[in-house]
Amino acid sequence: MASHTGQPTGSGTINHADDSDITPYGKPGAEVSANVPSTGTLTVEDEQYLDSGDRLMTLNMGPQHPSTHGVLRIMLKLDGETVVECDPMIGYLHRGTEKLTEGKRYSQITPWTDRTDYTTAPLNETGYVLAVEKLCGIEVPERAQYWRVIMAELARIAGHLVWLGTHALDIGALSMSLYCFREREMIQDIFETFCGARLTTNMFEIAGFSRPIPDGLVEQVRNFVRVFPGRQREYADLLSANPIWLTRTKGVGIITPEAAISYSLTGACLRGSGINYDVRKAEPYLVYDRLDFEVPLGEFGDTYDRYLVRMEEMRQSIKIIQQCIDFVDGNDTPLMDWESPYAIPPHKGVMTTAEDMQRHFVWVIKGFSPPVGEVWQSIEHSKGELGYYLVSDGGPMPYRMRIRTPDFVNLSVLPHMAQGAMLADMVALVGTIDIVLGSVDR
Amino acid sequence: MDQPIWITFFVSFIILNVLLIGMAYVTWFERKVLARFQDRLGPTRTGPAGLLQPLADAVKLLGKEDLVPAAADKWVFLFAPVVTFMTALIAAAVIPFGDTATIFGQEVNLFPADLNVGALFILAAGGAGVYGIILGGWASANRYSLLGALRSAAQVISYELILGFSLVGIFIMTGTLSLREIMLRQHETLSIGPLEVSNWFILSQPLAFVLFMIGAVAETNRAPFDLPEAESELVAGFHTEYSGFRFSLYFLGEYVSMIVVSLFATTLFLGGTSGPGAEEYWGLGLLWLLLKVVAFLFFYVWLRATLPRFRFDQLMGLAWKVLLPLALLNILVTAFFRLIANGEVF
Repeated sequence: MASHTGQPTGSGTINHADDSDITPYGKPGAEVSANVPSTGTLTVEDEQYLDSGDRLMTLNMGPQHPSTHGVLRIMLKLDGETVVECDPMIGYLHRGTEKLTEGKRYSQITPWTDRTDYTTAPLNETGYVLAVEKLCGIEVPERAQYWRVIMAELARIAGHLVWLGTHALDIGALSMSLYCFREREMIQDIFETFCGARLTTNMFEIAGFSRPIPDGLVEQVRNFVRVFPGRQREYADLLSANPIWLTRTKGVGIITPEAAISYSLTGACLRGSGINYDVRKAEPYLVYDRLDFEVPLGEFGDTYDRYLVRMEEMRQSIKIIQQCIDFVDGNDTPLMDWESPYAIPPHKGVMTTAEDMQRHFVWVIKGFSPPVGEVWQSIEHSKGELGYYLVSDGGPMPYRMRIRTPDFVNLSVLPHMAQGAMLADMVALVGTIDIVLGSVDR
Repeated sequence: MDQPIWITFFVSFIILNVLLIGMAYVTWFERKVLARFQDRLGPTRTGPAGLLQPLADAVKLLGKEDLVPAAADKWVFLFAPVVTFMTALIAAAVIPFGDTATIFGQEVNLFPADLNVGALFILAAGGAGVYGIILGGWASANRYSLLGALRSAAQVISYELILGFSLVGIFIMTGTLSLREIMLRQHETLSIGPLEVSNWFILSQPLAFVLFMIGAVAETNRAPFDLPEAESELVAGFHTEYSGFRFSLYFLGEYVSMIVVSLFATTLFLGGTSGPGAEEYWGLGLLWLLLKVVAFLFFYVWLRATLPRFRFDQLMGLAWKVLLPLALLNILVTAFFRLIANGEVF
């Protein structure tokens, strides 16, 4: 096996005394055991050393591995098939979203947030527009808020469907991914009717919605709400009682409540361990305080519990959508806070009045300038707590925007869970955290 | 029974070619059935219902570059796929496709060889086929390949045992290892009161049948026991580094062993060619055989579409803690009844 440094180690017997001076631990071969501290990065020298007759094998999983959900790279040290050490490395999809937003007007940033977690674009936008509205002090009309909740919850289901499909695929349930994407198509069709785009939707505007809701959208959402619970029962039939699925997920990747808090996990990773924290309940935004839904909690904190939590979250999302769609059906109240100086002027006014036309020109060319200040707005994303921290210096572009993506933080628990896991468990563990590398790397 | 050697060659030639074409169409069958399971269409563009897809696949695979990794053990790497492919084909030599038939006034044996240890021969060929996987995985100089090969070694040792032990019951009942004789025994009819049933061993050895099916799925590296090539864990397992024609040899080897194991199971448990009218017309017997084999292949695809994959330690646990004791129990019970039937106890 040729080593990376160009110094072939060969497959013959290696005399440990000869290369003991290059060992990173200062001891010859067999002395290095599972007690090696699990922190730190494996270097090429480590790997070369591990080649030289040690029991442990270094396996570089990713960034082109089929089940690392994109470009996650995990350096594993294996003893047989047991993981001794695990070191996730990120950054292969870093696009500098946070820095780029410093050169964009506030209204131009929404599409950039779409591209962080590209499986749940409307949820990312929700967090961003809420942050800007908090900064500007905009009161969004009730009906628009309900529509935002509908779209956000649909996006949550869409995100969970991607998670379920890929997680099941990683564990070997081939057909699940296709079933999940079949239902995800329905959600994307709804997005398409609503805004014309399917994946990176860019559907939320600051201060509400400037265009009317398309005809037939309510019926389309109602149809989805009617169809989906039956389809979800199918998933549960295929997985929840499947003995192989149970043995693959029960007792695998246990996160104790203490560990979940100390790794500052959020979302299903935290609630799977039985800790009741959901931003929708803890610090309600939009109209979540008026809606009736429950926060499912796990008991043991294993992969199976997180699976159950996410499945129940989908059912609760359907319940939320049902309440919201009943509210907006036949409702004709305004969709946008037209009075706000930060909102885009209405189309009719732009075409008829000089003031609105001038305001529109400035809004589009220069952008609006929020007051000086800084805000923090977090929402419950399908993967956990998604936070936007905006600093405004009074100009039309943010001075600084920081995105706290949930899966970036949640990923840090992977080495903790991987201690003593099998190689096959690694894909289950990566799947159960529910990461999207676009969101981790930003 | 004795026939001129050229007839044997001729029959072997036909069987070999039918098997190779059949294998190509098993890939089509699997893609179509899997697609229907998954709410898709499967191949549709190549010929009617995608029937020319295997041909297109073959052209594509043959046209690809035959890559050998720089660090690979070259000769072993080149040789390994051939082992898997050949052993899979050789196993078909002892499968009876019927008894003796008269074609154009000539007595023809519808089996290439009536080996008196036929059942063992198939098991041995399956065991030898694993050498292809182990050697290929080792020679690739790739860690995923190596892990896949090691998994395969452990898996086949465990499940070959189950496979072998599950058949001992039948051997006890028939007193022979020749597949032809085992098949002919199942052509007899049993009378249970007013009921007339075929003497298929699935009826007298149901537990052995279940064990055999589990073992057979593991032996052919199919889901949910496809750990050696678990694509979500090991990229592609032992054939990660293989491309083009050598990859297709592995691929086809897997499908040939699927067919052979299905034929084997049919011969052992479902009476082989037995069925209405099979006694009079040997062609009808072949049709029955084909139907039974397709049923088995459908079962394989069904499993793949439905079940998640076992973890390595769970696979071993299942083999040694659950299946092996059951297989031993089956042997004990069968042997006990055999002794009673012989009048040696009670």
